[in-house]
Amino acid sequence: MTRVRLKWAAMLAVVAWAATASLAWCAGDESFGIPQVKFINDQVSAGWADAELEPSAEATDGEWCRRVHLDVIGRIPTLDELQAFVGDSSPTKKADLVARLLGDDAVDEYARNWTDIWTTVLIGRDVENDNVSRPGMRQWLRRAFSKNVPYDRFMEELVTAAGSNTNKEGIDNFNGATNFLSGKMEEGGVQATAKTAQIFLGVQVQCTQCHNHPFNKGKQNQFWEMNAFFRQARALRRFEQTMDIQSIELVDEDFEGEGGDPKAAEIYYELRNGLKKVAYPVFIDGTEIEQSGYLPGKSENGEAYGANRRQELARLIKASPFMPKAIVNRMWAHFLGYGFTKPVDDLGEHNPPSHPELLDGLAERFREQSFDLKELIRWIVLSKPYGLSSRVSAKNAKDDPTLGEKPKFSHFYLRQMRAEDLYESLLTATAADQSRAGEAAAKKKDEWLGQFIIAFGTDEGDDATTFNGSITQVLMMFNGDLVKVATSTGKGGFLDRVATSGGKNSAKIDALYLAALARKPSAKEVAAANKLIVDRKGDAIGALQDIWWAVLNSNEFIVNH
Amino acid sequence: MFTTPHDMSRRHFMSHLAGAAALTAPATAFTNSILANASDMKKRHKSAILLWMGGGPSTMDIWDLKPGAATGGQFKQISTSADGVAICEHMPLMAKQMHHMSIVRSMSTREADHMRGRYYMHTGYVPNPNVEHPSYGAVIAHELADQVPDLEIPPFVSVGSGSVGPGFLGMSWAPFVVDSNGNVRNLDMGIDPARMSQRLEMLATIERKFIGEKRGGVAEDHSKILEKTVQLMTSKQMEAFKVAKEPKEVLERYGIGERGGSGFARGCLMARRLVEAGVPFVEVDLGGWDNHENIFPTLADRKLPELDKAMSGLVSDLADRGLLDDTAIIWMGEFSRTPNINGNGGRDHWARSWSVVVGGGGFKRGVVVGETSSDGKEVMGEPYTSQDVMASVLKSLGISLETTFTAKNGRPMKIANSGKVIKELFA
Repeated sequence: MTRVRLKWAAMLAVVAWAATASLAWCAGDESFGIPQVKFINDQVSAGWADAELEPSAEATDGEWCRRVHLDVIGRIPTLDELQAFVGDSSPTKKADLVARLLGDDAVDEYARNWTDIWTTVLIGRDVENDNVSRPGMRQWLRRAFSKNVPYDRFMEELVTAAGSNTNKEGIDNFNGATNFLSGKMEEGGVQATAKTAQIFLGVQVQCTQCHNHPFNKGKQNQFWEMNAFFRQARALRRFEQTMDIQSIELVDEDFEGEGGDPKAAEIYYELRNGLKKVAYPVFIDGTEIEQSGYLPGKSENGEAYGANRRQELARLIKASPFMPKAIVNRMWAHFLGYGFTKPVDDLGEHNPPSHPELLDGLAERFREQSFDLKELIRWIVLSKPYGLSSRVSAKNAKDDPTLGEKPKFSHFYLRQMRAEDLYESLLTATAADQSRAGEAAAKKKDEWLGQFIIAFGTDEGDDATTFNGSITQVLMMFNGDLVKVATSTGKGGFLDRVATSGGKNSAKIDALYLAALARKPSAKEVAAANKLIVDRKGDAIGALQDIWWAVLNSNEFIVNH
Repeated sequence: MFTTPHDMSRRHFMSHLAGAAALTAPATAFTNSILANASDMKKRHKSAILLWMGGGPSTMDIWDLKPGAATGGQFKQISTSADGVAICEHMPLMAKQMHHMSIVRSMSTREADHMRGRYYMHTGYVPNPNVEHPSYGAVIAHELADQVPDLEIPPFVSVGSGSVGPGFLGMSWAPFVVDSNGNVRNLDMGIDPARMSQRLEMLATIERKFIGEKRGGVAEDHSKILEKTVQLMTSKQMEAFKVAKEPKEVLERYGIGERGGSGFARGCLMARRLVEAGVPFVEVDLGGWDNHENIFPTLADRKLPELDKAMSGLVSDLADRGLLDDTAIIWMGEFSRTPNINGNGGRDHWARSWSVVVGGGGFKRGVVVGETSSDGKEVMGEPYTSQDVMASVLKSLGISLETTFTAKNGRPMKIANSGKVIKELFA
């Protein structure tokens, strides 16, 4: 106790000194004058002190610029963007860049990136599932992220969505948000229950579907009481003449219950010993809603009755402390490489977070900020831990979450780009396709992503990707069409422009390095590049092509560092 | 198409690449493995083939029937080539091969969620957020890779699905995932090999710099994978993936006719070809067992005929070629399905009492281990787990159960999670 108290005393002293000595400098430089950023920095720094770690140095401007582009808009910066940032001497240049990436100029790319991310979260990677419409899902997500819809409304629209999931001819009630649940309504909405709890509350109820869970406090009744919220919802399939599904319409209807009494519309589930138990809609915190299966209406004498169970559920999720915690944890994991818990969508008591006060505090602040996702992003990317180098020092080498340690964020954790990031980055680095917005481009990308997707053959559509550093991925980078396009020497393309830019060879090699790696080559690398120029015997663009191929194939290119 | 270097000898080409790409292994070891005598390939080696039934097949409708019970379903049982062993009537071809196989009818596990069950049955461990455990393929490849030093194909091949990863053993032991047509994408380098090796030298320079900057293990793993990729791109052993090169009568044995047969059938045949080429572990995936609805017509009309034809083709082909004694076969899914039949004519997830099938390798054949109660809901006698099956498979391949791995955090981990060998499976 004494030791702890002393440490706090010492910290208070430092804060007091800072307040008197150089308040303006401190706030401006370390936290950009944003209290939420200061909160993050203080919390994470306290963790370093407790664990006797010293953080790595700050990342270079080039590294930070590349990182923030990748994480916010899903691609590396262009040569121009990089040089503008590195050359900027303003003390607020980081905050300025973040403002630009979150602002109107970058809104299409921002929406594209977060649409990609949330499409996978909400409906997985499987492009062949005809119970969902990826274009429909994407259309809705693009709109939501373009308008920066507050997260509580975002959740509510997905959980309560009604209407048709495709925008085909003859369909007049299209609502892309229905795609979240359109493929999850079988068997009484078991998947809808599991995924809603997992994604929006960070609570894993699916294991308790069949039995009380041995390792956490989840009980079987909890699963079925959550499930009861989805029993008014029905997925109606409309078929084309070919018997392919044309669209799925989600509707809410009166639910008479499995006992046949709509006024107390119950469901039954089976215990492992074969006994049947009854369940009514009850939220995870024990809040009950009325048991009636009727949708809201008014009786002849004007008395209101009934409830829309999905709307009730959305209301309860919105009020729950788990909703902001779950999204804060997910966003933190996206930007820092590890969440406060692993897996990121399990906040159960059996899985304590690495930084409980930071998680709770950020969640509260996110609620106070009206669930504004762009603000949450701003706080995280301007924080000190996000700005650290990925180079490990002797003073923080033991902070390694791959060893099963809880992350301390004392250096930036290396991670591979997602396949989507790579795709967009290759197009950016080579300026191969200038018209990347919209559904046509998204479909083209889906086709390319398809080569990495492996489905597991279950009804739940579980899948994985071989874009994980495997041989399959390296073969694609060595010889694949996308890389052939990216390294083509055609007129007007990236390599052609570099080759014909005048200037010395060294400047051209610099340009390739900056474009891909956001740094200049080392002396050894210059020597190796010059050797290639000699090998190509006067074929200048051929030599640049070889260097470019090597740079794109390097680990440094494909990881976010 | 696959390009072999034409304008220079293969050995010369590989020596270029050895200098460029061998960043982690000493270059001499790399070159030696290339120069090793091809006739070594003929020497005996152990392998395992996992037939993975994604979705959780109802084993009481396939291997452990309960005719007459309320839970028994619609199928009759038939006798087989193994004395006293009866299986489902829709598996007539496997019935003729059961003297090569054994059924463990007393599996009892706790993971009835697909992803958890998949992980548990592949690794012998329940999922743990702090450590990723290596799967069957990674463990067996790791233990047996040395027996075929000139193998250029990755030692762990997964056909049609991704299996489960290498965990703390590292990306070198990750599954190489191919589709059931044996097409490996992007194998053709499309440029002059001499130029390719110059590019690789440039690449090696960049890799060395990044690794030298101490940013964690990811960078080192990447260069190992580069090395393996180069090896693969130039290997004649890639022919092993070309199932279509088999004679017609062999194709027919697996049920591969004019129209190309099912992906599972091609995968089974590919597994045999890969095992012949020296690959220690092949997983072949057959999904579609998550039969919450209409289970009986689905099994009778589609799943069981597909399984029966291809699996019987594989077992008999391995036996006829004298490969079965060195090749363990494991048939299993992540769990089984409820004895009770639900309102949609289907069965739901069930892990408490079910069956796996093993054969070949050092296993005793034609026996049944354990039994379930008359309604299929309980295991009678000693129950077995994923760890026990894994330990038994390792034993059948001659891999020591005393083997201990060290996880990244330094914690020792006994192979197969200290599972106990299922005694009845060994003579």
